[in-house]
Amino acid sequence: MTYSAFSVFLSVLVATGAAAIDFEVVDTPHDGGGSLTLRWEPVARSAVAESVISLGLFRTDGSGEPRGKRADLAFGDSTFFDERLTNGQRYTYEIEAVFPSTITVLARAEGTPSLQWFRTDRIAVFFGVVLFTGLLLWFTYHARSGRQMFIRRIAGLEAVDEAIGRATEMGKPIMYIPGISSMEDVATIASVQILAQVAKKAGEYGTRLMVPNRDPIVMAVAQEIVKESYNQIGRPDLYIQDDIYYVTYSQFGYAAAVSGIMLRERPAANFLLGMFYAESLILSETGNTTGAIQIAGTDSDAQLPFFITSCDYTLIGEELYAASVYLSREPMLLGSLKAQDFAKAAVLALILIGTLLSIAGDTQFAGAFR
Amino acid sequence: MFRRTLPMILAFTVGVFMIVQFFVPHPQLQMLYNMVLDWKQVVFGCVLIVGTMTLIRHHALRVRFRKQGYGYSIIALASLFAMVLAAIFWGIETGPYSWLFTNVQVPGQATMFSLLGFFIATAAYRSFRARNVTATLLLLSGVIVMLGRVPAGENMVIGGVSLADLATWILDYPNTAAKRGILIGVGLGMTSTALKIIIGIEQSYLGKGE
Repeated sequence: MTYSAFSVFLSVLVATGAAAIDFEVVDTPHDGGGSLTLRWEPVARSAVAESVISLGLFRTDGSGEPRGKRADLAFGDSTFFDERLTNGQRYTYEIEAVFPSTITVLARAEGTPSLQWFRTDRIAVFFGVVLFTGLLLWFTYHARSGRQMFIRRIAGLEAVDEAIGRATEMGKPIMYIPGISSMEDVATIASVQILAQVAKKAGEYGTRLMVPNRDPIVMAVAQEIVKESYNQIGRPDLYIQDDIYYVTYSQFGYAAAVSGIMLRERPAANFLLGMFYAESLILSETGNTTGAIQIAGTDSDAQLPFFITSCDYTLIGEELYAASVYLSREPMLLGSLKAQDFAKAAVLALILIGTLLSIAGDTQFAGAFR
Repeated sequence: MFRRTLPMILAFTVGVFMIVQFFVPHPQLQMLYNMVLDWKQVVFGCVLIVGTMTLIRHHALRVRFRKQGYGYSIIALASLFAMVLAAIFWGIETGPYSWLFTNVQVPGQATMFSLLGFFIATAAYRSFRARNVTATLLLLSGVIVMLGRVPAGENMVIGGVSLADLATWILDYPNTAAKRGILIGVGLGMTSTALKIIIGIEQSYLGKGE
């Protein structure tokens, strides 16, 4: 932690017989400066004096500004964040007790806010990102050189062809639901990458693809992705903009609309890939009742049990992110899967070392990752 | 250039900026970050108009060609225009818009959410059938957790162990361990996906051919 601010700890025993308060003012850690954190022991009315009316926090700075009241404090309070301060300027704070006829200073402390240039509390994340980027580049380089890489079989992704083929044989459409989150969610990015592969396969079979969206930005991206996929397989004529449309931003309104479409259009294959919330079971159970083959995938651990119960295949967590690579089999991208596997092995090794050290009584190693 | 290189440069620049602002708390960087979030709101507002146009077009075509269930499309379009007109003429705080929202949309959403209870019952029935060892384990742990979380089961004791304590143990240890295993994989998958786009390895969003 970067406690670069000048911090003074001062306890004032007041003449009225009130108890001393441990009071400190420190520069707020890991921020862009301009704020101080004030901490003190919570004080009970009885510890000061029964006749006290209220507690107040006052601030003085060296700029010539008059002393001013910052806040009224409750007796149970113990912290206060003072913001919009000038970096490098020293501020003096006083906690005062207001009596019927007098005001008494209970504690006084000083502090100076300063700017931090690096979030030291995120140092473990920083090294993790650097190491992972290194691994990714290393394996991508090896993948470019044509080295064969073994990727374990993922049943849910092997079934994509089967699901699209079934829809083609039955002459029914395919429904692709890219979750209900926005484009800034990485699960949605992964989902539209899978959509590109599904659209190509659906286009090869000449099967209609429907994509109802909850987010208009996701809709715009999905339209472009599907159009581009059809172009790549030489079937731009298959693209129907009307099939990739916006439904509503309301979560349960979306669930109701998509359930209705499932019941009316009876798609033979449903893909539910992306970020889902409480509507996951409504969608997947409705799809289940229509007899569609369902492939689901999400990184939301709370929704996974629902998908596992209601869908034929479920991509669990990281499999969602591996799906587009798995389906495209692009050598450059396969390297990233290997990097993920190695990073996972490294994390497991760190967990094992941390567990053993913690059992041995050393908690510093595990603490460094908090 | 405009089709491929420029988007890649943009993705790299914005991606690196996002990583840097995560580690550097400088006010200027935070200000830029907030500006990006504001831009997102502006883009969202514009795309919402496009989205609404596709919605109208979608339903209008269904009505025009008398597709199966086109009656629902008429209701959807009528509701959409009724809400817009109500908001324009009477505002959104009071009047018909507020009344329709409170008395039609909110109960409708609550109804959909309530259906979840029935769906959970049917899903639980399928999941908890003891077809093999793992399904039996799921059934047993499900029964223990459900019973241990309701007042009637809180006082039950099995083999000297309180059912409530057993339910808490299942949730705190085996369940948390499995969830954390998934979350570690998810974290790495997310990082990998983001880095692939930032570095330019993943170009499917640019329409890269195979």
